Amino acid sequence: MTKQTVRVSLRDAMAEEMRRDNDVFVMGEEVAEYQGAYKVTEGLLAEFGAKRVIDTPITEHGFAGLAVGAAFEGLKPVVEFMTWNFGMQAIDQIINSAAKTNYMSGGQVRCPIVFRGPNGAASRVGAQHSQCYASWYAHCPGLKVIAPYDAASAKGLLKAAIRDPNPVIFLENELLYGESFDVPDDDDYVLPIGKAAVVREGSDVTIVTYSITVGVAQKAAEKLAKEGISAEVIDLRSLRPLDKETVIASVRKTHRLIAVEEGWPLAGIGSEIAAIAMEELFDELDAPVLRVCGKDVPLPYAANLEQLALPQVNDVIDAVRKVCFREEAA
Amino acid sequence: MVTPAAAIRKAKQELDEKKQAINPDNLLAMYEMMLKVRRFEEKAGQLYGMGLIGGFCHLYIGQEAVVVGLQDCIKHGDQVITTYRDHAHMVAIGTPMDSIFAELMGRELGCSRGKGGSMHMFDLENKFFGGHGIVGANVPLGTGLAFANKYRDNDHICLDYFGDGATNQGQVYEAFNMASLWKLPVIYVIENNEYAMGTAVARASATTELYRRGEAFGIQGRQVDGMDLFAVRAAGLEAVEYVRGGNGPFILEMKTYRYRGHSMSDPAKYRSKDEVDQVKTNRDPIEHIKEHLLSEKITTEDKLKQMDKGIREDVAQAVERAKASPEPDVSELFTDIYND
Repeated sequence: MTKQTVRVSLRDAMAEEMRRDNDVFVMGEEVAEYQGAYKVTEGLLAEFGAKRVIDTPITEHGFAGLAVGAAFEGLKPVVEFMTWNFGMQAIDQIINSAAKTNYMSGGQVRCPIVFRGPNGAASRVGAQHSQCYASWYAHCPGLKVIAPYDAASAKGLLKAAIRDPNPVIFLENELLYGESFDVPDDDDYVLPIGKAAVVREGSDVTIVTYSITVGVAQKAAEKLAKEGISAEVIDLRSLRPLDKETVIASVRKTHRLIAVEEGWPLAGIGSEIAAIAMEELFDELDAPVLRVCGKDVPLPYAANLEQLALPQVNDVIDAVRKVCFREEAA
Repeated sequence: MVTPAAAIRKAKQELDEKKQAINPDNLLAMYEMMLKVRRFEEKAGQLYGMGLIGGFCHLYIGQEAVVVGLQDCIKHGDQVITTYRDHAHMVAIGTPMDSIFAELMGRELGCSRGKGGSMHMFDLENKFFGGHGIVGANVPLGTGLAFANKYRDNDHICLDYFGDGATNQGQVYEAFNMASLWKLPVIYVIENNEYAMGTAVARASATTELYRRGEAFGIQGRQVDGMDLFAVRAAGLEAVEYVRGGNGPFILEMKTYRYRGHSMSDPAKYRSKDEVDQVKTNRDPIEHIKEHLLSEKITTEDKLKQMDKGIREDVAQAVERAKASPEPDVSELFTDIYND
């Protein structure tokens, strides 16, 4: 194991796949000469040259469509959106062209492409730069959707995404880029898409989450342990396909479930988790499923309001206490 | 100094030379293809009226010279991509008619096994990449096909078709910019049939010389009489040579006309019957070539009648095969969503 940042792990994943397959190329705004707006593509231009590491104009709809066309021809583009907020300009090409063409063509026209970039809130960048698109893309058949938390998942799943013959949405998080985690010393470290990870075992309650709130849930679980509540934390890692089995197996053990995410509550990933519990775990539950989500507001700029709008450790602790019917600790 | 009149004379002379260069057998084959496209579309219209085709159905009748003329200019392995008005492109590219009819009817024999329908048809074997239902979306897609050619360093080009209506979509210009910046081998073919659904070009476009829409990006364009197969082919050959030569994209604005409504559900009240009749009488692309074939004694009226009869029979048989095909198996509902 080597301790390395999520940023470097993502870069290594792309570099390894580019060495392995000449059809893989990276395009996006500032990915080459600037080395990436968040330095995720640092060093790629030097190693692979301008043919395979391509700076685009600021033209998300256009270059997303162009990359989908290149993927129809069998190339394997990795498209970086400087943030997923800008990717919204390209959402028609992602859904109508990338996700649906395989089906509409009866399996003739494939689209092996990865769209990646930072998703969700960063820090004090206001409503237009702070939005979680997880449930938007997870809604759509034809796409695979990945939202890793730690560096090993980021690396193993990005490599899997690049090798996958389907369009993959890869949701990163800016605040995690600089965080360090253990990563296996293996230049062929590939994780299966659609497999969740139990990142902390517990027996009293299951906390299902993904991306940056995995960290929030782990901190909450540590504090809850001191209150005598044993929380199991599941990092979904993939949102489509969604690893129902891991969630179900955990709740069969804990009989309590909360879902934590940064996205808005209505029709969110948490809502889907609650629906799975309703359909598959009705008789297993000892308490209603609760969701801890971003508040139902555009993300405010003011520091105090921003903090209120995003799920905090205490929000998770409160929800867990509720489903465990515990009074607040004195 | 070359005067404008002299330039026009020279251009006309060159065009005449290119007409001459068409081998009579080739011209006859292109005439046959135009007629096949028309008979196909007439039949599609009938089948729609009979309730055998569902949803939307956009016919190409009147525009045949564009797709047939340009198809003659490209070579095997070049890509074609277009909008939802796509039946003709498939017929011209050589997709079997029964699989197109079957797709229109939502049958198993269809080129997409009934899962795409009229607007979403594909024939990858013949490098036909659809069949796209969102106006303007196929313009960046086709630019991406051209990007792949350049990435692979082959000499293939992409014909990227779209209508006059799409020329006001922002993503078209995003694609133009990148195609010119990166010198991608793509020909943008604007099928200007004068109406974007029911809106005449001048009612929607601040500038109506659509072939000039690439000027801001340094892309050359040419306006072509899209009702004249000779003109289409001559301009197509020139554009193909330019683009295949590594000079970047080119725009061909084909001035054409659709005889039918935007789709089968459009009674076309936004234009007069007289306007349509005038074009049918004076500018019909098939009649034009027919007159040439007869006046040049390349063939006879009788032989052309025989040809038409043969096409009608082929079309009728293709329809029968399509009708005989069952609807897709219910298991098809969940196939082709993901590849392993």
